[in-house]
Amino acid sequence: MSTEARRCEPLNPWRWLPWGGAAAALALLPLVFRHGFALTLLSQMGIMVIFALSYNMLLGQSGLLSFGHAVYSGLGAYCAVHALNLIGKGQLAFPVSALPLVGGVSGALFGVLFGWVTTKKSGTTFAMISLGIAEMVAACSLMLPGFFGGEGGVTANRTVGRAFLGISYGPATQVYYLIAVWTMVATAAMFALTRTPLGRIANAVRDNPERAEFIGYDTHVVRFLQLVLAAFFAGVSGALAAINFEIVSAEALGASRSGGVLLATFIGGTGWFVGPIIGAVVYTFFVGAISSVTKAWLLYLGLFFIVMVLFAPGGVASLAAANLRVAKAGLFGRLAPAYGAALGAGLAALGGFATIVEMIYYHELEAVNDPVLRLLGLRLDVTTAPPWFGAAVVLAAGGAAFWVAARRVRVRWNEVHERLGRGSA
Amino acid sequence: MNPSAIELRAVRKRFGDTAVINGVTLAIARGERHAIIGPNGAGKSTLFNLISGRHPVSEGAILLNGAPISGLKPFEINRRGLARSFQVTNIFHNLSVFENIRCAVLWPLGYRYSFWHRLSGLRDARERAEAVMEEIGLARRRDTPAGVLSYAEQRALEFGITIAGGAEVILLDEPTAGMNRSETAAATALIRKVAAGRTLVMVEHDMSVVFDLADRITVLVYGAVIASGPPAAIRADPRVQEAYLGTANA
Repeated sequence: MSTEARRCEPLNPWRWLPWGGAAAALALLPLVFRHGFALTLLSQMGIMVIFALSYNMLLGQSGLLSFGHAVYSGLGAYCAVHALNLIGKGQLAFPVSALPLVGGVSGALFGVLFGWVTTKKSGTTFAMISLGIAEMVAACSLMLPGFFGGEGGVTANRTVGRAFLGISYGPATQVYYLIAVWTMVATAAMFALTRTPLGRIANAVRDNPERAEFIGYDTHVVRFLQLVLAAFFAGVSGALAAINFEIVSAEALGASRSGGVLLATFIGGTGWFVGPIIGAVVYTFFVGAISSVTKAWLLYLGLFFIVMVLFAPGGVASLAAANLRVAKAGLFGRLAPAYGAALGAGLAALGGFATIVEMIYYHELEAVNDPVLRLLGLRLDVTTAPPWFGAAVVLAAGGAAFWVAARRVRVRWNEVHERLGRGSA
Repeated sequence: MNPSAIELRAVRKRFGDTAVINGVTLAIARGERHAIIGPNGAGKSTLFNLISGRHPVSEGAILLNGAPISGLKPFEINRRGLARSFQVTNIFHNLSVFENIRCAVLWPLGYRYSFWHRLSGLRDARERAEAVMEEIGLARRRDTPAGVLSYAEQRALEFGITIAGGAEVILLDEPTAGMNRSETAAATALIRKVAAGRTLVMVEHDMSVVFDLADRITVLVYGAVIASGPPAAIRADPRVQEAYLGTANA
């Protein structure tokens, strides 16, 4: 969170370092990861970064837990894909590069349409109404096949625009750079919004809506405006997804996408601006990369989410920030051995657990053809007892060691923070 | 004739079947420092909640500078120039001291719901927030999150948020509650200074603060006004002594 605004802010080069670094990384990444799959993954990460940041305008900044944020990205995607088809038919003159604006504006308009009712109250009421609206829109997607394209969705061709300076959006690299540019612009815009009167008052409404009413603010209007702005950026991300995949189906506004963005944002951390960026990258990696390696990826994602909620409820970002503070005080050395032990034990337990999970999948789906599962150079015959027994022992031993190590981490952590507390008081 | 800053006309408030305020009629003149006293459960805080719009009145009317405000929302009443503090500290605990105060000056300075101004570029908001922090003695704690302040500091911040917007009418609900003698003296001096040129209404249990600060005192018992007048008259009033002061000053 920001305790910004020192007296005056002269041109501080350090302030621009993260932005410059991010821009350089986005520009150079495709040169490092030349593989087509990596490029697809990077494109999806950019889309998810915008989506998760827009979600955090509600969850982290305004205290609004939404179960239906995909409504705005999905409807934005549909409007964008229809606009793209109109461009293709020559009925609309609009550059494909600016299509995310169509997604954003339509997302915001749907935000205006649904938002006034949903933001009347915060807390559980808001969460429940957002769920209801999501179900309603999902039902509409089946009732109105003309707009939503029914089961198959709406397809489009992104190369229909007139090529400008050789940019036709045929090659995936060009789409990647389009997404990269929009990710930078949208991220900068959302960051700027956190430092406006509305952005700060949204924090105040999150902390204490009652008091906000007594300093002149209609909390309903504050929540509504935040939702409309968040819906705009969700729509931008939806339009980029439409360009990237050249198809939009009902999945785009479904519950699993709404749940996904909640997961991603929470894993990254809602209390920091960079949190959702980290979360989007981790989440997309899980969905994209791990799912190509194992069928059980959703199970691992669920496990990871539970571990995060239990051990780092502030997300990756706050975990990193807390350790950075320790490192700055020169106390990280006291934590490192305990961390190492916990990490080793945790990896062992995870290995045992994953082996069992993979063996179960293999046993149920593949073992009829060949009873031997090849896993990281091991040959495990899933029809015999020893591999199961071995994996169970590793899981039990690793789990027990982790239990002990985690307690040591906690003890060391408290020691370190007692010192830190004394230092600052 | 100039209208009163606050006027209550036969105000009643019921929660279910329980009548908490039983027909209070009261006028508080502009620039007055007015204290409302009474035993626990007399309805003092409820009266504040009615005036500030936290609860709607069941019957009667409330006027601010001659204009009716009963039925308006808290933010509408605040925009008409009335600010209040709370008996239980009511602050933005994740925001820094500076942000807490700055939030309170944004609406009055006309920035409203703006998402096109950069906060760090708003010199007037920053300077006003800094002046208030100086005034309440929290300038040193500028960047500390409000949630980790000490109790006395949080009370000061509560007061700071209330006065920062520059409202003409200020309602303070037990401003010295839980303070020791020296803290109370400091708070009293601060209230006196801030109240200059404004209308101040306060609920207060500490009689030395009440008689020190107030121009007029209203005594509330069981949701009704039994006496209202200057401190000397209140002190001498036999009904007041019987109902309230008799026990407190024994």
